[in-house]
Parts: sequence; C-alpha cells; structure tokens
Amino acid sequence: MKLIGEKGVHRILMGIAFSAISALLLITLFIISEGLPFIFEYGLTDFLFSSEWIPAEKKFGIFPMIAASLWVTFGAMILGAPLGVAVALFLSEYVPRSVMRIIKPTIELLAAIPSVVYGFIGVMVLAPIIRNYLGGPGLSLLAGSVILGIMILPTVISISIDSILAVPQSFREGSLALGATTWQTIHMVTIKAAKSGIIASIILGLGRAIGETMAVIMVAGNSVNIPGSALDSVRTLTANIALEMSYATGLHRQALFATGVILFIGIIILNSIASVALRKRAVR
Amino acid sequence: MSKKTILLIFLMVTSFIVFGCGKAKKNITLAGSTAFQPFAEKLADQYMQTKNDITITVQGGGSAVGIQAALSGSADIGMADLVELPSEAKELVATVVARDGIAIVVHPQNTAAELTTQQIRDIFNGNITNWKELGGADAPITVVSREAGSGTRSSFEEIVDSVRLRKDALIQDSNGTIRETVANDPNAIGYLSHGLINEKIKALKVDGQVSSEESIIAGKYKLVRPIFLLVKGNPAGDIKEFLDYILSAEGQQTIKENGLLPAKS
Repeated sequence: MKLIGEKGVHRILMGIAFSAISALLLITLFIISEGLPFIFEYGLTDFLFSSEWIPAEKKFGIFPMIAASLWVTFGAMILGAPLGVAVALFLSEYVPRSVMRIIKPTIELLAAIPSVVYGFIGVMVLAPIIRNYLGGPGLSLLAGSVILGIMILPTVISISIDSILAVPQSFREGSLALGATTWQTIHMVTIKAAKSGIIASIILGLGRAIGETMAVIMVAGNSVNIPGSALDSVRTLTANIALEMSYATGLHRQALFATGVILFIGIIILNSIASVALRKRAVR
Repeated sequence: MSKKTILLIFLMVTSFIVFGCGKAKKNITLAGSTAFQPFAEKLADQYMQTKNDITITVQGGGSAVGIQAALSGSADIGMADLVELPSEAKELVATVVARDGIAIVVHPQNTAAELTTQQIRDIFNGNITNWKELGGADAPITVVSREAGSGTRSSFEEIVDSVRLRKDALIQDSNGTIRETVANDPNAIGYLSHGLINEKIKALKVDGQVSSEESIIAGKYKLVRPIFLLVKGNPAGDIKEFLDYILSAEGQQTIKENGLLPAKS
C-alpha cells in the first residue's frame, strides 16, 4: 500500500474523474457527428421550420415537435412552478423545522418514481377525466403538461427550500422587528432574497420536463400536429426520437440524431441560465 | 496478509465459483412484431419447458425493428407481420409461421357494427370526422394508429388502399397500447391483430365480413397478412429447432388456440 502513496492516489482519482467527463464528451461528440451532417445537408431552416415530418417521403420538418415540446414545458411550468414554490415556502416558513425535515425527503422520493408509472397514471386516470369533462381525445397537450408539472415538483420544491433556508435569519428578524407580519416578510424580503435560487430550481425542473420521454409518449397522443388548443394531441421532440429510432435507417436515422442535437442545445441553454442564476445566489 | 484479507479473497473466489458455474445456457432472441409478440412468448415458454438448456427472449418494437434487428444481428430471429417483405429484407431467409387478420376495433359501447372499406378509408383520412355521419352518436371520431415502422400499420394501409392518415390521429407504439386506448375511449377507432381481441373492445365487420378464422381461410375477409420469422442466413442449430417447433403440429395448435391462423390451412 505504501507503494501507491500520495501521488498515486491523486493520479487514480484524476483518471476516474476524467473518464466520467470523457464519457459525457464522447456521447456529445457522437450525437453531433451523427446529426450535424444531416442539418447541413438538409438545411437548418427547412429542418426547424417545416411542418411536414414524413420520413417515407424524405420530409423532415420538426416544427410541430418543437412547438409541442415548448408548449408542454411551458404548461408544466405554469402548473408545477407556483405549486412547487408555494409548497417550499410553506415547508420552510410555516412548518416547524423538525416536521419539514421529515416531509422534505418524502417529497424527494417523488423524484424516484419511474416515469412509466407517471405515464400509466396519466393514461388510466388523467386522460379519461380530460376527455369526459373537457373534450378531445384525452391524450393531449394538457395531460402531458399536468403529468410533467407533477414530475418537476420534487426538483422545484427541494432546491427552493434550500434557497429559502439560505436566506440569513437576520433578514427575517429585521423585517419582523419593523412590524411586518410573517406573510409580509415572506413576500417582501425572503422571496426577494431567495429569488435567484428559486428561479434556478424552476429552470432545472424545466430541464427535466423537456427531456422527459416515457411519460409524454404515453399521455400526449403523439400526433405530428401543431397544437391548436390544449386538448390537441401532440408529439414532443423526445417522443419523436423514441418512437422511431429503433427502426430508422439512413437519412431518417440521421434526422433523429439531429433532433437530439437540437434538444441538446436547448438543454445546455437552460442549464447555463440555471447555473448563472445559482451562482448569483451564492455571491451576495 | 491479515485474516480479513484472506477471508475476503476466500469469499470472492467461492462466490465466483458458485455463480459462474452451472450449465452454460444457450440463448435465442426474437424481436419485432408486437402483433406476434404475445404468441412468440407463449411458444417460447412451451418450448423452454421441453428443453432446459436454452433461453428464449422475446422483444417487441414493431416489424421494422424486427427486420433491422435480424439484419444487424442484434436479434437471432426477426418477427415481421407484413403483407410482403420490403426490399431490405431480401437477404434474410423468411419462414411463414402463422397468418393473422387485422381487426378494426371500437369501444364496446359504440353502436357501430360494420363498415365498408371506403368508410374505413374516409375515417382514417379524416374525411369522415363524426360518428353521426355513420349513424352513431354525435361525437368526434378519435382515430388511433401505429407508428410508421409497424407491420400492422403497413399492412393495413396497403390493403385499404390510398390511406393518408389524418394529422391529428393518435399514435401508439404497440398493438397492446392501441387496444388499451380504444378500450378507454368510447369514440376511438383503431386497428390491431385479430389475435389480440378481448372483451374490452369490439371488432367491426368489414364489407359485411366478420374477422373470424372461417372468413379469413375462405378468403372473404380481406385484412390478412402472414407473419414472417426472419433469419440471417439459413437457419441452423437451435434456431432451426425452434422454428421447426413452431411449425410442428404442437406449435401450430398453440397458435390456433390463441387466436391466430396456422401457416397452412
């Protein structure tokens, strides 16, 4: 054991760290090398803005899928973010700390539920409710948004709680000393101070929503259609890849990789915004 | 070496011996048609009961996956349910093991009982959009279809000619999920393998013909396709034995009992 020593351990750990990073790098390079040539050959504007996705006729326009992904994520944000932040506020400001310490890990368990289970509940419970009370086929943009909204709750709640708890107690004490009520303190002082962390949590939740595949395939209907209403059936970028990748060959396969490149870029943008916001939270 | 190290090494070696030894099992993988998948699983179970040294795994994915998997070698046998095999399957050796009807299905509460081929065409094209145009309730028709690589879909669109699926048709990824979607939606219509019909859905008569064995064998029911098992190169060894089992009297009897048609009738 003495042979390995200090330098040896250093090198072993560095090797392991590099292998993790290089795995990520290799995946990125692979996706880009498969997808980028297609984009150059087919034309970026045609690819992004054409509404016809008919592989048999060599038409690869992903605009309906981009619209669907954006709408589903937006819907998930509207449904999940306010609920998540409200739960986080309740758990950190109104509930005794000991109770919160039990509830928070339980909510984080929600993140461990496989997305297939969420999709299954969506198909069995949510879609019939939408179909019976709101109309349409039930398997729709709305169903996708609701399910995704629930799926991003653990992320939003967890990180928001951390940000809210990171606000120094002196802020709250100062506000209360000036005569503010708890709620006034929360919305005038605490939230403002925890703002960047809360925004970061929402953006990270959106990152999960954009990348979600299984649950969306089961509940959103998968039609290649620009949604006219929330009750229309839609197909997201992720669902498109998952439905067709197993049998696509040639140009079709490259088109799906190019879809992956677009998704990649979207998620990188989202995560960069989130990390900038998170860093702002730390520096004060 | 300390006692702990010796004990650890001993435990590791014994566990390797225990888990590593045992008869090496041969493996056959099938992949492809979701219409044939439940039957392949049943046949595989029966076959594995007679032979202990072989494991057979069955995956789905659709007929196009079956062809690709057989070509690339990721599966030993590809399953495809197509009216005719596409050009890329030319180099594979195809064996017909069963024939299957495609049933047009609706929810049991749906009052429709039969459709003509032209009506089916119009429904799937989006020319007929409401059940009341067919004498049913005033409700919009929810069309459910498969993804483009599905053998059931390719066969359906080939037999019912000139189908350009309406843009807002729901797409599901297997025969089973189509059955679930139609079973849950009173206004839905879809197509699936005749062998998968159960009490949760209702099959419609097409051009006056029921999707039953008799009409298919008599050639009266038109929505039929063969089920091919595709192998790269001539089937040999375990693969050939399994194929022979499926084509044997026992295998064909299982196929018949579970709702498909035997290969030769």
